[in-house]
Amino acid sequence: MLAKRIIPCLDVFNGKVVKGINFINLKEIGDPVEHGALYSQQGADELVYLDITATHEKRKLLSDLVRRIAENINIPFTVGGGVNQLSDADALLSAGADKISVNSAVLLNPSLIDQIAKSFGSQFLVVAIDAKNIDGRWVVYRNGGRIATDRELFEWAGEVVLRGAGEILFTSMDHDGVKNGYACKELAMLSDALPIPVIASGGAGAPEHFLEAFKTGKADAALAASVFHYNEIAIPELKEYLHQNNVTVRL
Amino acid sequence: MNQKIVIIKYNAGNIRSVDFALRRMGINAEITGDPDKIRTAAKVIFPGVGEASGTMEYLRQRGLDIVISQLTQPVLGICLGMQLMCRYSEEGFTDCLNIFDTEVIKFTGGKVPHMGWNALEKLNGKLFYKLNKGTYVYYVHSYFVPENINTTAVSFYGIPFSAAMQRDNFYATQFHPEKSGGYGELILKNFISL
Repeated sequence: MLAKRIIPCLDVFNGKVVKGINFINLKEIGDPVEHGALYSQQGADELVYLDITATHEKRKLLSDLVRRIAENINIPFTVGGGVNQLSDADALLSAGADKISVNSAVLLNPSLIDQIAKSFGSQFLVVAIDAKNIDGRWVVYRNGGRIATDRELFEWAGEVVLRGAGEILFTSMDHDGVKNGYACKELAMLSDALPIPVIASGGAGAPEHFLEAFKTGKADAALAASVFHYNEIAIPELKEYLHQNNVTVRL
Repeated sequence: MNQKIVIIKYNAGNIRSVDFALRRMGINAEITGDPDKIRTAAKVIFPGVGEASGTMEYLRQRGLDIVISQLTQPVLGICLGMQLMCRYSEEGFTDCLNIFDTEVIKFTGGKVPHMGWNALEKLNGKLFYKLNKGTYVYYVHSYFVPENINTTAVSFYGIPFSAAMQRDNFYATQFHPEKSGGYGELILKNFISL
């Protein structure tokens, strides 16, 4: 049986791991490779690195970091935040990234999804979607949650699948940083509607929230940042808890 | 270990990660598409993520299809490498190397790609020395090889499929040992120790 994945997310700013609440108030907490290795030892199934400064930095910095991660980490990892065009994706692949995650760039230029999927395969491409419930409509945001677009979550998710996305990483901005659970209803709707894996993101505060994301939300994977960074939830205990509640996990 | 390990270089993605995994184990491999270097290596690794028809075309143009088929030292195909070692792939309707007399077909049930960690069952053969059934390994693929006479491990995704195969000196894994944590490294080590 395919296991449900637990994915720690590391936000990277100027080469360091950082954490903010609702995308602001960043606080530096350590080295990306050391943190990743530690998570891997603890049983993380995959890692996601989001370079939240990538648009203002030279591409080479991110490539160097990705290479260092690839050299040292023995589980798959995804890199996001540095991809604005096809050549950026190529550079990250060459540096050793297993997957890349795209968000703002494909909202501005949706055909970039088609180009990346065609060039490197759908398995290489995660499309991240940040959305916020505004009067019952799930509005998609770009630029780290700063700019509202005219896209609606479910319609956009359907389009990115048709264009060749390999996975969807859905962050509910209403739930992110609040530690009150994932947006399980919307996750289940996405998971039922889409033929590709869905990663839950935003809202983890307790082991029960992961269980809900998998059972109620039907997510294929669950991503979290602060609960792992601050040792509020230990990955081995989380996986044991999920296992005891009949979720297939890699122990 | 001073034996010469070669990783076949061709137009497939993420060949580097196999090299990185070997380096973590203290093994320096050479990534090359040079037929002579491939023929004279002690061990050959044929990795890859990509599309079947385009990569087979690339191998044929360089004569690497014949080189690989005629190797007599231990060869390890990984993911697309394993699929290209089969007779035929539904992906791009591609005639492949025919080292394993079986077809590669597309998953039709469940979410595709089959992506993530899945358990190994029915383990058999030297690649799995010191590994127990139920060990989780990492997969990313949309096409699969049904269970057949050369199958040496199975995983389940709606149906059973070949997680690994072996025929004579040819070994292959559908999963990525280079991304499968400590157990994946053990599988690579078992191959290098053949």
